[in-house]
Amino acid sequence: MKPAPFNYFAPASLEEALALKAQHGEEAKALAGGQSLIPAMNFRVAQPAILVDLNRIASLRDIRKNGALTIGAMTTQSTAEKNPLVAEHVPLLHEALPNIAHPQIRNRGTIGGSVAHADPAAELPVVCLALRTRMQAQSQSGERWIEAQEFFSGLFSTALAADELLTAVEFPLVEERTGYAFLEVARRHGDYAMAGLAAVLSLDENGLCRQARLVYLNVGDGPLEATQAAASLQGQKPSAKAFQDAGKIASQEDMQPFGNLHASPQYQQHLSAVLTQRALQLALNRITQKATHP
Amino acid sequence: MSQTHSIQVRINGTPYAHEVEPRLLLADYIRQVVGLSGTHIGCEHGVCGACTILLDGQAVRSCIMLAVQADGHELTTVEGLAQDEKSLHPIQEAFWEAHGLQCGFCTPGILMTLVPYLEENPNPTETEVRDAISGNLCRCTGYQHIVDAALLAAEKLQSKP
Repeated sequence: MKPAPFNYFAPASLEEALALKAQHGEEAKALAGGQSLIPAMNFRVAQPAILVDLNRIASLRDIRKNGALTIGAMTTQSTAEKNPLVAEHVPLLHEALPNIAHPQIRNRGTIGGSVAHADPAAELPVVCLALRTRMQAQSQSGERWIEAQEFFSGLFSTALAADELLTAVEFPLVEERTGYAFLEVARRHGDYAMAGLAAVLSLDENGLCRQARLVYLNVGDGPLEATQAAASLQGQKPSAKAFQDAGKIASQEDMQPFGNLHASPQYQQHLSAVLTQRALQLALNRITQKATHP
Repeated sequence: MSQTHSIQVRINGTPYAHEVEPRLLLADYIRQVVGLSGTHIGCEHGVCGACTILLDGQAVRSCIMLAVQADGHELTTVEGLAQDEKSLHPIQEAFWEAHGLQCGFCTPGILMTLVPYLEENPNPTETEVRDAISGNLCRCTGYQHIVDAALLAAEKLQSKP
């Protein structure tokens, strides 16, 4: 038995789970898909005293559309990947999901688990920040919504309080004249990417760039937003040159990657610059395609 | 400190009931408690895919799931593929005929990955097969024959009455 001993609870309702969190606080670790937590426990990097397994709480698995698309935290990544509402209304999420590990992992891994884990190398936090999603946090004293910009607070850390559980993620629906792209480079498909990004590009009625959001993975201590690169695009006519400049600014000024076993900081910057150009071009193509083929 | 929990599972159609410590991994439960050693354990952190089994028909890693979490669920391991001792499952036949294994350590995981995959995508291209098994590591570097075997398995399953 690789993990250190712990006490295990599998509540059947959210109320019971929240009661356990209220009683035990930080001692009690929520177990969602377990695809990051159990490996960490196998290595004994994580040794939680108490596990609160959320898998029996059916109410956390629904996907509903009401002006936004709200995905229950315990929805598995493979369920979201196959959901037609996700494909139609949150295409960036739909495009990012197959990049998460392998099908066997996505069959267990959950939307909420990955978001709450806040791994800087993970795809979902990047998507959530690029789309300005909101996170639903619940505790015994009620619920609150946390904006993505406030939610991710550093390396594997979030704005969730010790007695709170992440219960849903609310994704805004894709808007008109808005394109998106998710791109990453990994040594083997399914491995942690050496670099990657989620890009969202919106045009105004005149075809000029109204807004761009560029959020990168694995180059900072969380999802890293390139604000200077995005600002450089504002009001510009979209062009290969503008996209290339944005890539340069993002990789040189917005990020200071640490590098890792497989990619030096310089290589991560190079990849980020190239991927930025490609992602913006892809996002632009998707806007024009939509305009010509409604 | 950690109490044991009673679990009931069905593995390959046979019901089992045991008392388990919560920290017992599902892969260890299947191998050591139930005694079905076809499910292999490689990396124990979800990378190599040797421990892949079906949980309610879906391929999952049994080394990064707790046995207690399988309570009430239906599991299929590599031992559950062949209908009886004298016959092989069409995917197993294909691996036999195309020599889709070298040392055989990764093979159970690959078979269990392919069972639901070929149901969902009965006529895959070579590229699609390579992508489908990308979560299963073969350290003999024998992928070419594995890919051939998977394509042959798809044909066999399609021509099955």
